[in-house]
Amino acid sequence: MAEWFQDNGLLLGLALLDGLSSAGLIFLVAVGLNLVFGVLRIVNVAHGSLYAIGAYAAASIGIFLAGLGLPDWASIPTLILSAALVGAILGPLIERFLLRRIYAQEEVVQLLVTFALFMILEDVQKLVWGVQPIHHETAMKWLGTIDVPFGADFIPFTNYQLFVLPGFAIITLVGLAWFLRRTLTGRVIVAVTTDREAATAMGIDAAKIFLLTFTFGAMLAALGGALSSPTAALVPGIGAQTIVLSFAVVATAGLGQIEGAALTSLMMGLGRSVAVYFEPELEVVVPYIIMVLVLLVRPQGLFGVTETRRV
Amino acid sequence: MTTTLSRREVIAAGFGAVMLPSTLSAQPAQKPAELKIGVTTFLSGPASVFGVPSRKACEMLIDQLNAAGGIAGIPVRPIFVDEGPGTDHLVGEIRRLVQSEGVHVLFQSISSGSCLACTPLSRELQKVNLLWDCGTQRIFEENRWEYAFRTQGYGTSEVLAPLLYLLKKKPDFRTVAVLNQDYAWGRDSWELWKTAMDALKPGVRVVAEMFPRFGSTDFSTEITRLLALRPDVILSTSWGGELVTFIRQATERRLHERSMFVLPVAEASMQILGRSMPEGHIIGTRGDHWNNHPAPKDPAAFNAFINAYRQRFNEYPIYPCHHMAQAVWALKAGLEKAVAAKGGAWPSDLELANAFRGLTFPTPTSTITLREDGQGLEDQIVGLSSFNDRFPFAVPKEMMLFPGEQVSAPVGQKSTDWLKTLQPSMIQSAGRSI
Repeated sequence: MAEWFQDNGLLLGLALLDGLSSAGLIFLVAVGLNLVFGVLRIVNVAHGSLYAIGAYAAASIGIFLAGLGLPDWASIPTLILSAALVGAILGPLIERFLLRRIYAQEEVVQLLVTFALFMILEDVQKLVWGVQPIHHETAMKWLGTIDVPFGADFIPFTNYQLFVLPGFAIITLVGLAWFLRRTLTGRVIVAVTTDREAATAMGIDAAKIFLLTFTFGAMLAALGGALSSPTAALVPGIGAQTIVLSFAVVATAGLGQIEGAALTSLMMGLGRSVAVYFEPELEVVVPYIIMVLVLLVRPQGLFGVTETRRV
Repeated sequence: MTTTLSRREVIAAGFGAVMLPSTLSAQPAQKPAELKIGVTTFLSGPASVFGVPSRKACEMLIDQLNAAGGIAGIPVRPIFVDEGPGTDHLVGEIRRLVQSEGVHVLFQSISSGSCLACTPLSRELQKVNLLWDCGTQRIFEENRWEYAFRTQGYGTSEVLAPLLYLLKKKPDFRTVAVLNQDYAWGRDSWELWKTAMDALKPGVRVVAEMFPRFGSTDFSTEITRLLALRPDVILSTSWGGELVTFIRQATERRLHERSMFVLPVAEASMQILGRSMPEGHIIGTRGDHWNNHPAPKDPAAFNAFINAYRQRFNEYPIYPCHHMAQAVWALKAGLEKAVAAKGGAWPSDLELANAFRGLTFPTPTSTITLREDGQGLEDQIVGLSSFNDRFPFAVPKEMMLFPGEQVSAPVGQKSTDWLKTLQPSMIQSAGRSI
């Protein structure tokens, strides 16, 4: 074992750096889904579309503003504002005019409706942005690269990958934990997540909380997309790829568990990057292996709480 | 109530059932009012980056053909079907196209999986099936099809030509890594490359084989590993958004300064990459139809096609547009040949299929011959990425043309078996500079 670490320790270090960046992006998307799932109890398949639209919108707005001569540093706040804009517009629209009508329906109906919405939004993306890859890399280029020592060699990493993505994930985690535990609105959301009936009986306006939570979840999905846009080429189908992994995180973390989502994202991000170095064939399945192993031991998820069935 | 058939009636019915299809197909066919073509292509999903431009090219060419009187005197009407929902859906759609829409010819498909699943329908439905873009070598190497023909090259030639070019340009390379998409083309193209490389330059060490999930949007980890490994050559047959993402992330981290990229399918991504594409790396186009082809056979026709496409869609055509065009030109040549063979009468489906076997049809850059097994022989042009004043994106320089017959497995041989027999002397003899 010690010999293996001696041979591969440096590679493992590189894998950890890559894994942190990957985990940051996974977390940003999955935490929104987890929040929505925890409060609304709806499996929102269209969460992937919000991610994709957030990415497309950020790239388009970034390209437009760059055309106006905006300085390069402004591309980073543009990413955040684009995500906020997408979430603020689409979140209330979807919750108010679609989801509110199906809260009382069976889970399978809810699933089908959000899947239909996902398909519609996929077509909307093609109508608006076409099918050719779109990219806007100013944020990544502006931040430049840093050379990480690797034995006698060095490995260039982008600062965007190494600092911005994990940084945003940490800020979101800390901010969200503070918001949910230290503010009145946050506590109300937690109350609805824990026991919707009791919270409503105490006079909490569940409809308002649902709207607020869904909009916030939509913003987080769009933020994940926006932050991925400087590094990825945007093409039809990116939403579908993202949503599957996000579901795995939610299932593994436990219903509505923010810290669980962070830990799971970290496990999956690191697992995938370690696999790329040492067993590339396993890269795709590592997140799902982690999910299966966790659920075998803790069916309610890593941080989930077993619910007593009310009769 | 039950009816009992006599032995004679049973034999007659069986004989009739066997003979009826061939009898029907031998009947003189009526000239239709319009020629309907069922076209399968990706209109959704990641591969729509190929499918939508190919549809545009098809519509443009058919408009031009119809304005000139159609093919063999009748107008042409395409009916498009999306490959995106998958092969099960596509099989049903192809039956519908033939049985309900009454299409006369099928153009299918982009995905090799689609072609493998749907080509058998050409026999069942007895309809001419022009495979216009899929590249799998298995179609014509594992079966013989009476009604199916591929109007372009295929995986073997599209991988072997860039390998030969690499061996000519950088003969001293010792290590290779591969980063391909994790699906049929990604795996098959690597198998073809590896088999040919082992025969032509034994001893090359493969330092990494990476097949990220199809549709991946981040290759940071793979790039870090490649930076650490420093292979002489990195092969990637990826395409679409994945190739664009890989190149952008890789160049930002200066991977292109450590390794030479070999990108056999790069042409379709050059316009998107623009100046992000590094110079001096090997790029291919799955054929010979580079927009800066220095010596096309018919320059006027070549420029007319490119300019018409640019004027109508405000972009340069990419290789799937050319492949779609090849299918249209093949259809025109094949149908006119079949009609001429009947003295002006309309051919049956079988007679039309027979006209395609051995057909040589012109393209603006060259000619393509459909071999006796149905496989088209398309020349391959490979070069080094470079920039010039004419194009706002990378185009090849130091181009070499590899004739289709040089880089295709002979009829009756499987590609992987044939590639094993290649000799290093082929490196010098194959291809010519243009």
